[in-house]
Amino acid sequence: MTAQIAAMDASPAPAVEVHRALALGRRRRIITVAALAAGVVAVAVLSLSLGTIPISPLRLPAVLTGHGDPLENLAVLTLRLPRWTTGALVGIALGLAGTLFQTTLRNPLASPDILGVSGGASLAAVTAMLVFHATGAGVPLAALAGGAVAAAAIGVLSWREGFAGQRFVLVGIALAFLASGGLSYLITRADVRAAQQALAWTVGSVSDPNWGETGMLAIALVVLVPLALWLAVPLRVLALGDDAARGLGVRPVGTTIAATAVGVALASVATAVAGPVAFVAFVSAPIARRMVGAGGLQPAASALTGAALVTAADFVAARLGDFQAPVGLVTGAVGAPYLLWLLTRKDGAAA
Amino acid sequence: MSPTRAATTIVVCFAALALLTLLSLGLGAEALTPGQLLTALAHPFGGGQAERIVIGLRLPRTVVALVAGAALGMAGAVMQGVTRNPLADPGLLGVNAGASLAVVTAIGAFGIATASGYVWFAFGGAAVAAAVVYAIGVLGPGGATPVRLAIAGAALTATLTSIVTLVLLAHLDVFQQYRFWQVGSVSGRSLHDVGVIAPFAAVGAALALIGGRMLDVLALGDDAARGLGLNVPVARAICAVAVVLLAGSATSIAGPVVFVGLVATHAARPIARHDHRWLIGLAAVIGAAALVASDLIGRFVAPPGELEAGVVIALVGAPVMIALVRRRRAVMSA
Repeated sequence: MTAQIAAMDASPAPAVEVHRALALGRRRRIITVAALAAGVVAVAVLSLSLGTIPISPLRLPAVLTGHGDPLENLAVLTLRLPRWTTGALVGIALGLAGTLFQTTLRNPLASPDILGVSGGASLAAVTAMLVFHATGAGVPLAALAGGAVAAAAIGVLSWREGFAGQRFVLVGIALAFLASGGLSYLITRADVRAAQQALAWTVGSVSDPNWGETGMLAIALVVLVPLALWLAVPLRVLALGDDAARGLGVRPVGTTIAATAVGVALASVATAVAGPVAFVAFVSAPIARRMVGAGGLQPAASALTGAALVTAADFVAARLGDFQAPVGLVTGAVGAPYLLWLLTRKDGAAA
Repeated sequence: MSPTRAATTIVVCFAALALLTLLSLGLGAEALTPGQLLTALAHPFGGGQAERIVIGLRLPRTVVALVAGAALGMAGAVMQGVTRNPLADPGLLGVNAGASLAVVTAIGAFGIATASGYVWFAFGGAAVAAAVVYAIGVLGPGGATPVRLAIAGAALTATLTSIVTLVLLAHLDVFQQYRFWQVGSVSGRSLHDVGVIAPFAAVGAALALIGGRMLDVLALGDDAARGLGLNVPVARAICAVAVVLLAGSATSIAGPVVFVGLVATHAARPIARHDHRWLIGLAAVIGAAALVASDLIGRFVAPPGELEAGVVIALVGAPVMIALVRRRRAVMSA
C-alpha cells in the first residue's frame, strides 16, 4: 500500500534516512533537542519581560509565583503569559501534527493546511462570523466542529476496501479546495470590514487569548502528545516498509490510522484556539529532521521547533509597531525563507 | 492506447467541448434560440440585441474560459509529471502567489482597478515567482529534484501569501478591490486581453507537448532517464517554462483559478495512462470544458446575480475529484 504513496524518488530512502540518523550520533541529537528547549525558554523570558511595561528577567520568578506588584501582575500574568502559553501549545500541537502527517502519509507536502483540516475549520469559523455573526466561544467551537467534520469526511470518503494514504491525501486536497471556494464566496459577498476581520482569523493569531480556551488546549495536549510520541516508535518501524513492519510486529494499517487520527486531533484543537497558523505544521518536521535526523527524537524536536517558531513569531508580531500583525503572517514570512535557505545548503538533502 | 479507443476519446471530448461552448454562447440571463444564436454568429456586427449579447458579452467570457481552462489543464499535467507528485498543481510553483502579490501592488501602488489592467502585473508576478522557485531548486545539491521544487514552491507561496495578507489587513481599500480578483472569474474581460496573452499560452502549449515526450522518459527515474540519453536538467527546465507560460497566462486573464489543473489531470489519467502527450492534450480539453461549464453553471445557480467560475469549479470539482479518486482501484504510480 503505502510504498507507492506519492513516492517522490528524490526523497531519501527510508533505510538511508535511518542510517543517517544513527550516524549523526545520539549525543549530538540530545544536545540539539536540549538547545531547542533552551531556545523556547529564552523566547519565553524575552516575551514575558519586554514590552510597554518592561520587567527585569530577574523579577520573573517572583512574579510568576505570585509575589509581584499589581503592575507586574497585569503585564506578566494577565497580558503576556496567556499569549506566550497559547503560542507555545499551538506550536507544539502543529509541529507534532505536521510530523505525524508527513511520516504517515510519506509525502513532504502532507500537512493539515493542505489536507483540508484547516480549511474545514476556517470555513466553519468564517461562516459563524459572517453569516451567524457569532462572537466569543462560538467561533472556536465552530472551528473545532469544522475541522472534525472535514477530517471525518476525508476518512469516510477515502475508505474503500481499506486505507490508502494516497487516496486520503487526494480526498483531503479536494476538500481543501472545496473549503477555499466556500471561503472565497463568503469573503466576496460579505461587508468589506467584516470580511477583513474574517480574513484576519484565517491567518491565525494568539494575540487575544483567554485562559478558558488555553486550558482546554492544554488538557487536549496532555492526552494527545504522549500518544503522538508513543506512536513515533511503530511509525519509525513502518518507514522500513509494510512487510518489514509486519515482521517486526507492527500493524501497518492500524498504526497509520491511529497516527493520522492523532494528527487531525492535534491540528483541530490548535486551529480552534488560534486559527490556522500558517506553515508551522508544514515546516517544523523538515527543520527538525535536518537537526536531529529521522530518529526517535524527531517528534520531540518537531514539537519544540513548532513551539519556538510560533512564540518567536508572535514576539516579533507583537512588537512590529501599531499594526497588530497576526502571528500567522510572521510564521509564514519567517519560516518559509528559513526553509528555502535550508534547501539551498550543500547538505540540504534531508529537507 | 488502441487507435479505436483513442479516436473515440478524441471525438467524445471535442463534441462535449463544442456543445458546452454553444451552450455558453446561447444561455444566460437572456436565453437565445438556436436560430438567434446562429444569426448573431453569422453577422457579428449586425448591431441587434442578440449580437450585442453574444459577441459583446458571452463570446469574450467563453473564449477566456476556453483559453484559461486549457492552459491550466496542460500546466497541471506537466507539473504532476515533472514533480512526479499527483498532488502537484500549477500553483505549486508559486505562480498564483506571485500573481497575487503583483496584483495587490497594482491596486495599492498604482490604483489600477480593472481586470484588464491586472493582466501584465499578474503575468509578471507569476513568472518571477516561478523563476525564483526554480532557481532555489537548481541552486541546491542535486539540482531541481521533484521534492525540492515542491517544497520550495510551497515555501515561497507561504511567504508571498503572508505579505499579501499583511497588505490586505492594513489597507481596506486594497482588500475591497483584491477580493473580487482573488475569487477567479472569466467575466469582465475583453477579447483584447485574450489576444495579449494568447502568444504566451501558445508557446507554453508547444513547449508542454515537446516536454511531454521527455516526461515519459523522466517517469522512469532520473538515472534511467540519463541512461537513455535524456538531458535531465534541460528537460525539467523546458517543462518548468511551459508551466510558467501556461499557468501565468491563465492566472493573468482569469485570476487565481485553483483546481482546474489538478482535477483535469486526474480525469485524464485513466484514459491517457502513462503517455504524457496524451495526458497533456486530454487535460487541456477537459480543463477547457470544466471552466466553460463552471462559468455556465455560475450564471444560473444564484439569481439574480452570478457565481464566479472560480467558486463553481471548487464546489463542483471537489466531488468530481473525490469520485475519481475513489473509482480508481489500484494505487497508481503517478
